[in-house]
Order: sequence, then C-alpha cells, then structure tokens
Amino acid sequence: MTDRRVLEVLAPGPMTTVQDLGRPGLAHLGVGRSGAADREALRLANRLLANPEGAAGLEVTMGGLVVRSHCHLLVALTGAPSPASLTTAEGRTRGVGHSAVECLPPGSVLRLGHPPYGLRTYLAVRGGLAVAEVLGSRSTDTMAGLGPPRPTTGTLLPVGPPPAAFPLIDLAPVPRPPSGETILEVLPGPRHDWFSPEALDSLCSAPYEVTTQSDRIGMRLRGPHLARANPGELPTEGMVPGALQVPPSGQPTLFLADHPVTGGYPVIAVVRTSHVDRAAQARPGDHIRFRIGR
Amino acid sequence: MRVRRFGDGALLVELGGVEEVVALYDTLAAAPPQGVTDLVPAARTLLVRFDGVRPETVEAAVLAVRPRTGRRAVSGEVTIPVVYDGADLAEVSGLTGLTTREVIAAHTGTPWIVAFCGFSPGFGYLTGGDPRLDVPRRPESRVRVPPGSVALAAGFSAVYPRESPGGWRLLGHTTLQIWDLTASPPALLRPGTRVHFTEAGP
Repeated sequence: MTDRRVLEVLAPGPMTTVQDLGRPGLAHLGVGRSGAADREALRLANRLLANPEGAAGLEVTMGGLVVRSHCHLLVALTGAPSPASLTTAEGRTRGVGHSAVECLPPGSVLRLGHPPYGLRTYLAVRGGLAVAEVLGSRSTDTMAGLGPPRPTTGTLLPVGPPPAAFPLIDLAPVPRPPSGETILEVLPGPRHDWFSPEALDSLCSAPYEVTTQSDRIGMRLRGPHLARANPGELPTEGMVPGALQVPPSGQPTLFLADHPVTGGYPVIAVVRTSHVDRAAQARPGDHIRFRIGR
Repeated sequence: MRVRRFGDGALLVELGGVEEVVALYDTLAAAPPQGVTDLVPAARTLLVRFDGVRPETVEAAVLAVRPRTGRRAVSGEVTIPVVYDGADLAEVSGLTGLTTREVIAAHTGTPWIVAFCGFSPGFGYLTGGDPRLDVPRRPESRVRVPPGSVALAAGFSAVYPRESPGGWRLLGHTTLQIWDLTASPPALLRPGTRVHFTEAGP
C-alpha cells in the first residue's frame, strides 16, 4: 500500500457524488449552484476536521459506500446516520462514530451501511477531496452534467493537504434527521395568487408523501391537490432551492440542489432556506408536513 | 417594476418585458447590492438571490436602482455562421408562409440579443429578431438535438450548446463553440450579447 493521500472507492453504493458548497454567481449563464443537498451537514463534517466549511466531500445516498484509505486520514461522517465500520489492514473490525472525528489508518476499509432514517450521509476528509474543479467548484451538478464524474469502483480520490488548524472537538452532538414526518416551514411563493384562495391552506392541511421520483434535482410529492385559479401559461422565470413548483397535475415538486435555473410552472410557496437541508434528508415513503411561516 | 418575495433568500422583480429585464440586469450586475449572489434574468422577470442580508434591505436597494432605459444595453457582439440545413426548415417555411430563402433572410437580416440563459448551461434565449419568425415549439420534443443546432421557438432563437433533448424547430447548425469550459466565461452568449447570424453556405 502506498502512502499517497488517496481515498480509493471499492463500492460507490446506489448514488455517491463529490460535493462542496457549489458554484454561486453563474446562474445568468444557465449554471445552477448545485453543491451538497444538505449543506449544513457537509459544513459540520468539515468543521469537525478543521477544514474550510466548503471543502469537497462525498455525498452518499442511502449508504453502501466502501472506501479504502491509502494513508492516515482523518474523516468525519455527518447527515443520515449510516452505520459505519472500519476494518484495519490487519483485519480487525470496529464501529465508527457519527458526527465524530475518526482516523483511518493506511490500508483500512470504511463501510457505510443503510441509514435507518435520513437519506444523505456526508463523508469529509481532512484536507478535502482534491478532484479537479469545474467552474470553481468540485460539485457534480446532475442536471447540467457539470463537475467531476460520479465515483465508481476503483476511482482514486486525491485528498488535499491538511489545513494548518487542528480539530478542536472530536464529537458534535446534533439532533437526528427526522424520521417518518418532516415539518418544513414555507413562505407564500411569488405565484401563490395563481392558485385558488384555499390552495395555501390545502398545502398545509395534510402531509405529503415523498415519491420515488426524487433526486438531487427535486422531490415529487403526493398529497393534497393544489388547484389553480389562473390557468394561464407562465413565462419562464428564475427558480431557487426550496421552491414548490406546481405542474398541471396539482402535485408539487420541491426543488433541491441541482434544480433547473429557470422554470415555467408557478411557485405556490418556498421552503425557508434553513429548512431546505431538512427536506433533502426526507426519503421516498417519508411524509412532509408544511407549515406557513412569517 | 413590481417586487415579489421568493422565499427568504430571493426576490422576483417583475418588469414590462425583455428590454427592461436586460437593462435592470446590466445595472445590477455592474454594481450588485450587498449580499446578492445571483441574478437570473428571464422573459419578464429578474430573480435576485441573496445570502446573509434581509429581504427588505435587498428590496430597497433594487427599488432604488435606476436602470438605463431607451437604447438597449449591449454587452458584446457575436457573429454566428450558420449552415441552414435544419430538419425543420421546410416546416418553419410552412408555418411562417415564407419561402425557405425568406426564412434564412429573416433570420440573418435582423440582429438578436441574448435576453437570458436557462434550460442548460450556456443556452441563450435570443430575442429581438424578425417578428415573422415567431413559431411554436414542436408538438413532440426530440430526444437528441446535436450541439450547435440553431433553432426557433415561441419568438426566441437559440443555439444548442451541447447535445440535449429539445423541442425547438431546427433551422441549421453552426460549428462555433457556444459553451467552452476552458473559456472564461464559458458561455459565448450571455445576457445582453448582440448576435448576428450569417449564412455559411452548404
């Protein structure tokens, strides 16, 4: 085993991408921000390791990731609590903490299981993943097709030099991601007046189920029908993460990190920025209840 | 100008049309109010995204802006040579009542301007061309439109930067690179860019 600062992917799991905090400031060129779907979880993992908050890590959807370290690496797992284990080069296996600083010795293998709740786990490495930047970011934008390719079996992920600062704490007490029902605060959207006067109440009247048609672009939800008052065609306009866009079906789509820069369906409500991370941890079959904020 | 809240991190400014949108975009892009991270011009709106500031603060800053009016702001000029061999050229001729030659003359005869980008990185919506070229989208979207395809739909013209699905009417193609990740900025067509199409011969 070499001592290069490299993380080798032995299995990527169902969906793993490299993510940082994305590429702001390019929306006018048709390039969205992208970045970690649960930004706060990636930030926390980086803070634990004394990395800059925006260092690139792995976003692991529904666990399944197996990686081997080629050197001593400090890592932290945050977000959805995938059960994790570490097998050393000598063959000893032990559990790995969540939201905690852990050391991977050279040749050791880290395995992430299926999280019991939550959807996206973040694996940050001290020094950050040093894959090539595209337009100033190491995030993969799954809709625009920008950024590093998805890691597959055998991918060698270079790790950057460790920062000068040292980790100050080795464990962060964080509330668990919601299981079953997630409560999200929304603000009335720019086109709420395109809907019937009761539609905002309908949105908050009963939970929506997260359907399997959900990814980093957005989540299709199934629940109370949102009736339009204005049947007209909306000229294309800019979109944000957290926007609840309503196509003619009357069932909303909640936009996430890789949402299109512009959209053509009216937005009835927008999830509060600080709650979008929470939305990104809801998984198919979970329920979301919206509450009007002020 | 009417400002609508778009959640707690963005405002949607409604304007009278594309010219006003581009004028406000140019003015704000030149001197963005504090906290503003992204500006997304569109057909009749400008989305203003911000971070770490209150919506009222950004709203006040936007309302205080006096966008240049009158002559349309132009940032950059691009000439795009087009081979007019598109699969929908004959159909566009039928829809507009113009001969194929007249369609080409109309497309090359009037300068266009990039109103906004969207759909995919570097896909510019061009407005201001010959009004006779206002044709609807195709009833069915094509699964694969080759990069460099020059197309029309709903009063706009566009050049597909990359291979993608698409429902616009294809007039022809250009070999000019519209999206180049090694260039800075990577998009050849940016809001406010004036575009002249020329016929490149067969």
